[in-house]
Amino acid sequence: MSTEDGQADPGLAVTRLRDALPDAVVEVGVHRGDTTVVVAAERIVEVCRLLRDDPELRFDYLVDVTAVDWLHREPRFDVVYHLFSISRNDMLRVKIRVEDRQPVDSLAEVYMLANWGERETYDMFGINFAGHPDLRRILLPEDWEDGFPLRKDFAIGGYGIWAADNVPFR
Amino acid sequence: MSARYDIHDLQEQEMVLNMGPQHPSTHGVLRVVLNLNGENVRKAVPYIGYLHRGTEKLAEVRKYYQTLPYTDRMDYLAAPSNNLGYVQAVEKLLGIEEDVPDRARYMRVLMAELARIASHLVWLGTHALDIGALSLFLYCFRERELINDMFEKYCGARLTTSMMRVGGMPAELPEGWVQMLEDFLGIMPERIDEYENLLTENPIWIRRTQGVGVVSPEDAVSLGLTGPCVRGSGVNYDVRRARPYQVYDRLEFDVPLATEGDVFSRYQVRVAEMRQSLRILRQALDQMPEGPWVAELPDYVLPSKVDAMTSIEGQTRHFVLTIHGYKAPPGEVYKAVEGPKGELGYYIVSDGDSKAYRMHVRAPSYYNLAALPLMCENRPVQDVVAVIGSLDIVLGEVDR
Repeated sequence: MSTEDGQADPGLAVTRLRDALPDAVVEVGVHRGDTTVVVAAERIVEVCRLLRDDPELRFDYLVDVTAVDWLHREPRFDVVYHLFSISRNDMLRVKIRVEDRQPVDSLAEVYMLANWGERETYDMFGINFAGHPDLRRILLPEDWEDGFPLRKDFAIGGYGIWAADNVPFR
Repeated sequence: MSARYDIHDLQEQEMVLNMGPQHPSTHGVLRVVLNLNGENVRKAVPYIGYLHRGTEKLAEVRKYYQTLPYTDRMDYLAAPSNNLGYVQAVEKLLGIEEDVPDRARYMRVLMAELARIASHLVWLGTHALDIGALSLFLYCFRERELINDMFEKYCGARLTTSMMRVGGMPAELPEGWVQMLEDFLGIMPERIDEYENLLTENPIWIRRTQGVGVVSPEDAVSLGLTGPCVRGSGVNYDVRRARPYQVYDRLEFDVPLATEGDVFSRYQVRVAEMRQSLRILRQALDQMPEGPWVAELPDYVLPSKVDAMTSIEGQTRHFVLTIHGYKAPPGEVYKAVEGPKGELGYYIVSDGDSKAYRMHVRAPSYYNLAALPLMCENRPVQDVVAVIGSLDIVLGEVDR
């Protein structure tokens, strides 16, 4: 989803990213002042390392890791990373698009926050992070076998429960 | 299992200790599995999720205005901060941030700062209680009561306030409310001195907190610690400064920093933050203009009760907004506030419907808690209690 705010400037980070890794950047959008960069899924670690280590960018703080399930789209999931540079006071949203069951390289080596962030994303969406040191369920019980609750085909009341409004959402 | 124990074997083995989920110092239902070598923690593994209520999933089947009460239940010690984070994100999504009247913005800042003080008071009381300074708990709750009374007078609820609306505030400040705040501002500075008299130079407090749970600035940033936890390590990051929201760019305040990154530093930062919050409250109260407290946006804002009851247009609008809600344009936004615990961010994705397609909460307690193993491994077991207290977690927010 990229609703562009006219010809808004996506900012320094995107320029640098396009210079350094031109084939990794898939799409750029600016919406309500937030810059979103969609990058190739297999390049995510490389992209984040560049964003963190480049002396002009210094995105040293990974704010959050999450995902969005676009049920009938190919590929199905967006994995969303919010990055922030404390010294430059700049925010960037990096997204990758992945299929169901497609492994995503873990960012745990780059940012320590990714450990719990990716565990939650795995727990809720079933996205597999390859190379994650400890990929277990975190909010749900470890023996939970009923799937991944934030997927769109997971009914709000869970599987096998009869209720009038317990239907898969959209 | 054999009934006979050899005392020498016992001393050589690692002991696994389940701390929680009903342990009083875990501030809710946190379970930490500790591998102990004698008194030293070899490994600490937090287990969370006991309070998981699926707020993010619920937000996908509720209209935008219906999600607001769920946000109270996350950080239930500072519900107005959560309300503020949520309504800001929705306003950004709708593109109506500029339409919110000034008075509403100042009122929001007043409520958010009061919530910050209330949350820090609970933290200070319980943290001191965990470490053994029992009396402070009562003093802190005495002052928190004043803040809860103010919330109650404004919106009728003390904890789960739901006191903000998309587009502004639900009501004008009631008569006498400003006087309550004035009284509070009058007594609070010396009350904070009183807490500090009990703790800051207390030798037991210092020995239990200094050099405990140290985290370096680099680790703090990489771990995504926010709020007083990252500022205790000397990193100057405060959302109110970095990305000012509401009227924080018009207010003068300092961002308290400490350098050591230990439990004592985080204590110093939070106490100093309470004083800064009082400063912000004073300025916000003085600068607050008269005028409307909710935006003139018939598409998003419910009509006043008088309108809804006496005019056909008002009644129609009331029904339409209640039953159909309003649709948000497709797009995605991230908007954060500096909650009492740290950066509280809402990431909302819309596909053009009257419900969020996806709402994600970047909960500060969740990521702050992730630092627990790093802070207490290879330390004595009693430090775990001090560290958990200094992280200031609220399990409602960790588990969502």
